[in-house]
Amino acid sequence: MSGGVEIPVRVVEIEQATPTVRRFRLAPIDGAPLPPFSAGAHVVTLMPARDRVIRNAYSLIDRAADGSSYRIGVLRVAQSRGGSAFMHDEVTVGTELRITMPVNLFPLAHAGRKHLLIAGGIGITPIFAMAEELRRTDAHYEIHYAMRNAASGAFVDELRARHGDKLKLYRDDCQEILAVDAILPNQPLGTHLYVCGPEGMIEAVLEGAREAGWPEENLHSERFQAPPTGEPFSVRLAKAGITCEVRGDQSLLEALEAAGVDAPFLCRGGACGQCEATVVEADGELVHNDHYLTDADKASGSKIMLCVSRLKGRELVLDL
Amino acid sequence: MTIQFKQETFRDDFTFSNSPEAIRRFPFPFDRDEYMYAVNIEQHMPGPAKSAFEFPIDIDEHYVAEMQDRALVLKEDPLRCQSLPHMITAEWDLLELLMESMAKNYPEHFTLTKDGDRWRWVNRPLGIDQSFTFGDVSTLPYPPMEYVTRQCQGDFCLLDQRLDNLWMDSGIVTTQADWSLDFDIGMNFMEWHAPVPLAHDLGVFERALKFLLNLQQGRPVRRLNWTMTINPRLDTSPENYHKWGKDRTTVTPENVGDKVHLRVELQALWRLPRSNAIVFSIRAYMIKMEELVTVPKWGRRLHRVLRGLKPELVEYKGLSRYHGMTVDWLSRHDDGAPTSPGFFPD
Repeated sequence: MSGGVEIPVRVVEIEQATPTVRRFRLAPIDGAPLPPFSAGAHVVTLMPARDRVIRNAYSLIDRAADGSSYRIGVLRVAQSRGGSAFMHDEVTVGTELRITMPVNLFPLAHAGRKHLLIAGGIGITPIFAMAEELRRTDAHYEIHYAMRNAASGAFVDELRARHGDKLKLYRDDCQEILAVDAILPNQPLGTHLYVCGPEGMIEAVLEGAREAGWPEENLHSERFQAPPTGEPFSVRLAKAGITCEVRGDQSLLEALEAAGVDAPFLCRGGACGQCEATVVEADGELVHNDHYLTDADKASGSKIMLCVSRLKGRELVLDL
Repeated sequence: MTIQFKQETFRDDFTFSNSPEAIRRFPFPFDRDEYMYAVNIEQHMPGPAKSAFEFPIDIDEHYVAEMQDRALVLKEDPLRCQSLPHMITAEWDLLELLMESMAKNYPEHFTLTKDGDRWRWVNRPLGIDQSFTFGDVSTLPYPPMEYVTRQCQGDFCLLDQRLDNLWMDSGIVTTQADWSLDFDIGMNFMEWHAPVPLAHDLGVFERALKFLLNLQQGRPVRRLNWTMTINPRLDTSPENYHKWGKDRTTVTPENVGDKVHLRVELQALWRLPRSNAIVFSIRAYMIKMEELVTVPKWGRRLHRVLRGLKPELVEYKGLSRYHGMTVDWLSRHDDGAPTSPGFFPD
């Protein structure tokens, strides 16, 4: 069992939203409507690069009412491992890609009394969909959106048109700081907080919320985490009898896929737990980069998440 | 293929029975001669033609009579259908899932036409022709979950997913094996499974919950569960225990074949698209012992399963009063011959 159902799509529109963000409209090749999705969901996009298939998770912005298209937003990252560079440099209108069915690891808490949406940079993509759902259902919400400057505020015009003064903007170049200690106090009981953006911002917001006494279960975040790079190592699958090399710029999961192993995955970002594997032997240190395993799991040295974690050493043996 | 719907009852005079075709397609739950709990979850993929697994939502010869029985239950006890306000999007998701599946797989009985959000639903067996606006509750005579499940066999629970758990925040439950939605509503997965014996020690529920939290859109799963019921009564609820509990004292060695029914639940789970909720469907099938032993493999196997059933399970499933008599009756249909692997008749 791997990533599940895949849908062939064609890029039908590309929009340069900011100097570094492109929005892509994807239409189903077979014409059957794309399924509805829940706000906060992502799809894994499979990109046919020259020597390999690149798989990256991108949040869904919206779906045409008749199911004829989805939109995703892609930030070009400086140290691209291939995915964002491919989407920006290789993809044109007409390019055919495949996507997985939507998966939601960042859902709205529907029972919440109020919803506080906080986005930084490209973290706006899932927040955009969540805000739209809250508007549609007449819920109580606020949007706080931080960006570098006016030019990098992808989505501002659309958000303003839909949400009016529920949207608050913070521009770095105007010394406008998204100050959590100003936003978080005095929210009504039952408020849920959702934050998506750069790692440092997420940590600061969550820390601020904890200091303000928010219960952990009302705090929700999604990190856009690419698999960290590192040193190369070998991996051996004890049951399958397969050995392969993991390059420095490749994740364990990607190396296994390149070797023809149909490994399970959903989020490819260390959050969902689907690709958990049991470690038989490791002649070095396991570098855990996921948000799924407990500290006790990590300390035991017996489990590893294939999508983002790796070995600092020579050979890793897995019970696969 | 046009289904011939039967006129029959699940109460009072109990005229329910299975046609020979319905017996052949009964979802017999034992693939070997013994039974123990397991996380027996598999993909809910189309199964063999004419089986209960052929389509995602199975409609059979009991459809019309079951819908009449549901209406009677709801009339007496409206609390069998409850939904917390935040589940409204999941209700619409469920309506879409059921209408699309029924219309696609039984076009001679059901038709769904869509013009944007303006839908028209035609249910010929029940004589319904309803135009409505998808997403607008004011255009249906009942809320969306109740509307569609008054027209679909099986109980349905809508589970909200939050805090790494599943919460039973909505459902319609009128054909249950002694559990109550009114009691369980608002509980989480671990809470509503708390009464089940043995399985907790096996870690079954932790593993099942972890699996379900990652259930994917477009990849539904199913499992079979079973118990036994005296008389073909669909509504064996705690609310009505005073009506059916005493039935268990009426079993005699002479009437086992007619009164004792194997009750199988085909349970399926789907991730719903707009709400990210999960629908848990529980479809009950019943077959009396006399009908069951017309499939020799099933007669032999059920005898062996019941004979070897652990005492805790005999007690939990409520079989204590008639377990021995049923094993004795079935022993006459077990010649000791080996049984073939798998569920289906030879």
